[in-house]
Amino acid sequence: MRSTTDTPEAVQAGQTRPGLRGRSPARWALLAVGLVVALALPWVIYPPVAMDIAAWALFAVALDLLLGYAGLLSFGHAAFWGSSAYVTGLVAIELGLPFPVAALLGAVAAMALALPIGLLSVRRSGIYFAMVTLAFAQMLFFVVNQWRDVTGGENGLQGVPRNFFGIEAVETEPFYFYYAALPLILAGMWFAWRVVHSPFGRVLVATRDNPARARALGYNVERYRVTVFVLSAGLAGLAGGLFALSHGFVSLQEVSWQTSGKVVLITVLGGIGTLWGAIIGAGLIVTLEDQLASSGFDGIGIITGSVFVIVVLLFRSGVWGTVTNLVARRRGQKVPSEDIGAADSEQGL
Amino acid sequence: MNAFLLYTVQGLAAGSFYALAALGLAIIFGVLGVVNFAHGACYMLGAVVAAVLLDVTGLTFWPALVVVPVLLFLFGVVIERLFVSRLAELDPLYNFLLTFGLSLLLVDLIKRQYGVSGLPYTRPEVLSGQLSLGSFHLPTYQVFVFLFSLLVCAGVWLLMTRTRIGMIVRASTEKSDLTRALGVNVKAWVTPVFGFGIALAGLAGVLAAPFRAITADMGSSFIIILFAVVVIGGLGSIVGAVVAGFLVGLVEAYGQAYAPQLSQIVIFVLMALVILARPAGLFGREENA
Repeated sequence: MRSTTDTPEAVQAGQTRPGLRGRSPARWALLAVGLVVALALPWVIYPPVAMDIAAWALFAVALDLLLGYAGLLSFGHAAFWGSSAYVTGLVAIELGLPFPVAALLGAVAAMALALPIGLLSVRRSGIYFAMVTLAFAQMLFFVVNQWRDVTGGENGLQGVPRNFFGIEAVETEPFYFYYAALPLILAGMWFAWRVVHSPFGRVLVATRDNPARARALGYNVERYRVTVFVLSAGLAGLAGGLFALSHGFVSLQEVSWQTSGKVVLITVLGGIGTLWGAIIGAGLIVTLEDQLASSGFDGIGIITGSVFVIVVLLFRSGVWGTVTNLVARRRGQKVPSEDIGAADSEQGL
Repeated sequence: MNAFLLYTVQGLAAGSFYALAALGLAIIFGVLGVVNFAHGACYMLGAVVAAVLLDVTGLTFWPALVVVPVLLFLFGVVIERLFVSRLAELDPLYNFLLTFGLSLLLVDLIKRQYGVSGLPYTRPEVLSGQLSLGSFHLPTYQVFVFLFSLLVCAGVWLLMTRTRIGMIVRASTEKSDLTRALGVNVKAWVTPVFGFGIALAGLAGVLAAPFRAITADMGSSFIIILFAVVVIGGLGSIVGAVVAGFLVGLVEAYGQAYAPQLSQIVIFVLMALVILARPAGLFGREENA
């Protein structure tokens, strides 16, 4: 349960971490470092893995937009990542459109799916929201599994092409595909950042911290929640579509609850409500799973499960939150409390 | 007609597993405010432990019905003391995440130990075969599962409504602060209640052992349907959990019989309808919403 004695400082958690607040040179430097890392990634690691990191990073940013800023934990985000992966794959196979168009159409499909799910799910908050979104995502899993004519059922979609205006390097080589897809990933992340730092984003944080007061001030809390849910689903869809294009196939895995769980793990590990943390988390988890898979270790859940337990017990601010809190402490600033939003404390006026 | 009756019995048997496990989930949620994501894994553990005990020590089904829940009770006590209690003061989402991590860990540990193919389990002689009622023939085991779990649910209900222990548990569910102010040590009840909830999931697992494939993944889709069950029934409600458990079992069985492709989907459509009509669940109260 969240205490009702949170200080205003604590309420600001998730907007901008204190260590970097108001220090734009530091923020620009950080942005520059991030860009350099993003550009250098396929030189350093195997390009398809670099693309995996980029896609999962955008996916986690999308989830963090919802979890960190609206205080809503979606445990069914694979529905949007996966539905877009299928739509993107089908568009690329059947219509042969250029891959950015396919991925964007996938994202639109994910948003169309998110609207009814969001409208139903926001009728509940807190833990119920997590359970309801998980259940709806599982429903989609069964639909995809049964609808064999379109989705290929357990075989999935094979041979998804990466059409790109006949530029062969991009269409065949993962190294060049990464650079062709990166602008879309970065645009998605920039969009999330814009949402968070817009008036809309501020209201969102208010609905997270004190829904009753936001409602009393005349904001339609449910409408804000549905809107951010759909936006988050769109970004998750963009990520899922690019992931499918990168791999050249779509499998049931993309709509499974394990995928929903993985993106939650990435977000929590990186640090809830930080956006940067989502990116760091994606880098860590994708690399870890790649290492484990290539070493032939077959109990990935043992490792990821333990990471989950340790992070939740000991590092609830996540990697990014822990680092920025340390920076803030050294500068003598106040450190925000470690808590997910107060979405379930409707009575806390 | 006979076919319909058969599906009904199948549905009630499948619903028994949901009802027992959802009951455990509801009790834990009521007292701790925690939604235990590892509940499906505990159901799986119940079945696996029963199978392993049969294999190693020769412990048969009947004693396993008592021994396995006791073991899972102890397991629940350890989990609560080691992990869950440390997050008790925080947003309940953290314990949801923690138990999700535990569930991943448990499933893959069992998978590594016992592989992905099912463990064998033989049902007792008395319960195999058919039960004949006039011209109707019903599978004995499924009838037994239904009656047995109904008995357990009724027992738990009596425990909750007719005894002092139940009164304390219900009071701390309803108004934790007030109960504490009246001199009840609510904290002392948290650990045994968690263990008890886990034991119920384990009991459902033992009952499922002679009936379902015993694999590490058997709890993975179970837990999601269980969430649908408690959303339908109303999470804080004990009666709601049991009724919704049997209801979902029936829906699933009729679905499998009459529209096999839609059987899983129908459950979630039912959940969506309940959320639309009564967001707090069939037996939940609005303040729990």
